[in-house]
Amino acid sequence: MKKSHRVNLVAVAGIAVVAMVAAACGSGGGSGSPSSKSTTNTASAPGITATQILIGSHQPLTGVAAPGYDEIAPASNAYFQYVNAHGGIYGRKIVYKYLNDQYDPTITSSTVHQLVLQDNVYAIFDGLGTPTHLAVVKYLNSSKVPDVFVASGCECWNDPGTYPDTFGWQIDYVREGKILGNYIKQHFAGKKIGYFYQDDEFGMDGVKGLNYEIPKSQVVASVSYNPAVTNVAPQVTALKAAGAQVVVSFSVPAFTALLRLNSLKLNFSPQLVVSDVGSDPITLAGLLEAFAKQGGATVSGNALTQGIITDGYLPSLGSTSNSWIQLFTKIHSQYIPKLPMDGNVLFGMAAGYTFVQAMLKAGRNPARQDLVNAINGGLPQGFSVAPYAYSATNHDGITGAYMGVIKNGVLAPTGPVQVTDTTPAGAITTYTATQPPAPASGVPSP
Amino acid sequence: MTLARHVAAALGIAVIILLVSIRLSAYRDYQMAEVAAYLTAVAGLTVLIGLSGQISIGHGAFMAIGGYAAALLLVHLSWPLEAVFAASVVIAAVAGAIFGVAAARLRGPYLAGATLMLAVALPAVANQYPRAFGGDQGLSVAISAPAVLGASFPPTRWQAWVTCAAALITLVLLANLARSRVGRSWRAVRDDEVAASLAGLNVARLQILAFVVSAACAGLGGALLAVVTGIVAPGAYTLTLSIALLTAAVLGGLGTLPGALWGSLVLVLVPTYLTNVASSHGLSGAASSSIPIAAYGVVLIAVMLLFPSGIQGGLRRLFGSATAAPHIALRRRTPVSEHQEEGPR
Repeated sequence: MKKSHRVNLVAVAGIAVVAMVAAACGSGGGSGSPSSKSTTNTASAPGITATQILIGSHQPLTGVAAPGYDEIAPASNAYFQYVNAHGGIYGRKIVYKYLNDQYDPTITSSTVHQLVLQDNVYAIFDGLGTPTHLAVVKYLNSSKVPDVFVASGCECWNDPGTYPDTFGWQIDYVREGKILGNYIKQHFAGKKIGYFYQDDEFGMDGVKGLNYEIPKSQVVASVSYNPAVTNVAPQVTALKAAGAQVVVSFSVPAFTALLRLNSLKLNFSPQLVVSDVGSDPITLAGLLEAFAKQGGATVSGNALTQGIITDGYLPSLGSTSNSWIQLFTKIHSQYIPKLPMDGNVLFGMAAGYTFVQAMLKAGRNPARQDLVNAINGGLPQGFSVAPYAYSATNHDGITGAYMGVIKNGVLAPTGPVQVTDTTPAGAITTYTATQPPAPASGVPSP
Repeated sequence: MTLARHVAAALGIAVIILLVSIRLSAYRDYQMAEVAAYLTAVAGLTVLIGLSGQISIGHGAFMAIGGYAAALLLVHLSWPLEAVFAASVVIAAVAGAIFGVAAARLRGPYLAGATLMLAVALPAVANQYPRAFGGDQGLSVAISAPAVLGASFPPTRWQAWVTCAAALITLVLLANLARSRVGRSWRAVRDDEVAASLAGLNVARLQILAFVVSAACAGLGGALLAVVTGIVAPGAYTLTLSIALLTAAVLGGLGTLPGALWGSLVLVLVPTYLTNVASSHGLSGAASSSIPIAAYGVVLIAVMLLFPSGIQGGLRRLFGSATAAPHIALRRRTPVSEHQEEGPR
């Protein structure tokens, strides 16, 4: 008996080990060589071969955060396919491998380790979410993997001292809060203001920006919600009880919809001002109708979003004469006709454009550091209505936005583009330069 | 004697792991570390369900307790790793004791319901006190390999070593416990509570003890997972995690420690493998993201149909009891059909 026991344990361990080894498929470690000015393509860095550039991402393709956000990576990929079909990046094709992390930080860590260690990606692009990406930001920087254009407006990505390889992209929530707050200060002077915000970095950064602009005396109520609790009736009741005439909401689309429906139920009709993240009209209308149906009611989504004030940092989908929207429409109908034409798809494509700009600037045979250096040197405006902040000391992305109002399910701009910084005293100024038109080829020039 | 034998076997396995971890790529080392972290938690759960006959759908919550304890001690007090792990075990054990007192009064679906509540409610505490627990974005945990190993030592290999060592120690202790008087008493309680108490066993105390032991294992597993993934956040300890642990225990073979290993391997390797297959076949959009989840479900159904007593039970049937580890099979062995034997009672 005794002998067979030991044999058993060792046998079990042996089988386990075989399973691990069998599952292991080859992962060649690419070694980087310094970039050169030559005209032939070489395998200059991990993920870069003579013919392709492999990049990776973590995205919520299933789970709570998936509705809407699962369109972003396919939209970026559509733009990459378009670029690949139009000459690629110095002849190389972009291969975009995005893995599903289900918005769970443990899975994010696992997928990003896989992308970096096994697939040998050149860079991580557009990793989505604040809690998820925070799980990997230290790892990526200690491994010197470019971590570009994180899909989250957290100010935490702008920390070049600690995270030299990480760059934000979308307007950060502090800047957005300041621009919304400035509008409220000017247009709703003396009115009673209420805040409704998500109780995490997203909501708190937004409120920080609002407080920089809106006089304290005007704020009569400030309520937060937990994204895991869908009952927001207590918060809406508190806003009503405080007599708020204007409610500013830093919420994800589902909670903007819940705020709207609960207000309707309580016969409470303040002016709604919603951050860009939570105000995509198409997503909102769909959610409003779906939630109302669950509660046994029928509503018109577009009627309920009518008049919501919000901001935008990409051109409005309604402005069909804008060259960027025309480019978007062209690529959309060619590569991803089944996806809705909403803000999420525009976001994915616009971020993809910025990545192509950066890769072209990084040179023909870039090392990983060359991409970081290229972005540190600044990038020209692309889809965004305001310039980027990128420099060696600032890793923020888009610096401004315009105010608008939702009319018949479309965001209609009502004001000029305004730019600002993230400091309390930083002025909010009108950006007078006109946005350069989209290149005729649809691909940025090097 | 038993102890010496288990320790000898564990040392043998440790040497194998050491050699293999050097051979494997950095990513495989990372997966090995993940497997070891889950294994620690699943082993505790399989002992609870298979040996003491109590069910828990809330062990993810004990992993959260262990993970947050580890993160707070590392971030604020910079304790050495061994001390952090020991403290995580103790803190999770205390939580297990408190919960176990309530659990010992409950049976079957009522106990399952209570543990379910724990899994749902506990992660929300982190959101409630963002100052202490970092709210929704959690706390980051970073460990680095000791300087002695050199600057170029792969960090994932160090993670694999640390987690595998902790998992092996846990397994040795659990195997001994299962063979001891306590293990026999647990089995007696599981098989017939009335008979056990007539024989002089304190049923409630034994059930609480089982909860404490399995919570301690889950706490250590949580601390290990935190060190591996680099973060503790509420999003990492959802109900899905608790269900995944239960799945791994059942899939591997309830009540057997090798089964816990099989279950953990499936938990870590199968989703990654399926995702790679789906994406390498160029499936687009919704299809490629849903296929791994659907295929995982099919694997679960297939295993349960083919091997109702789990992978370990299936192996035992395939290779006969001579090669398939009777002494770490914690379940009662009866000449009757194995099918009827499985499942918590």
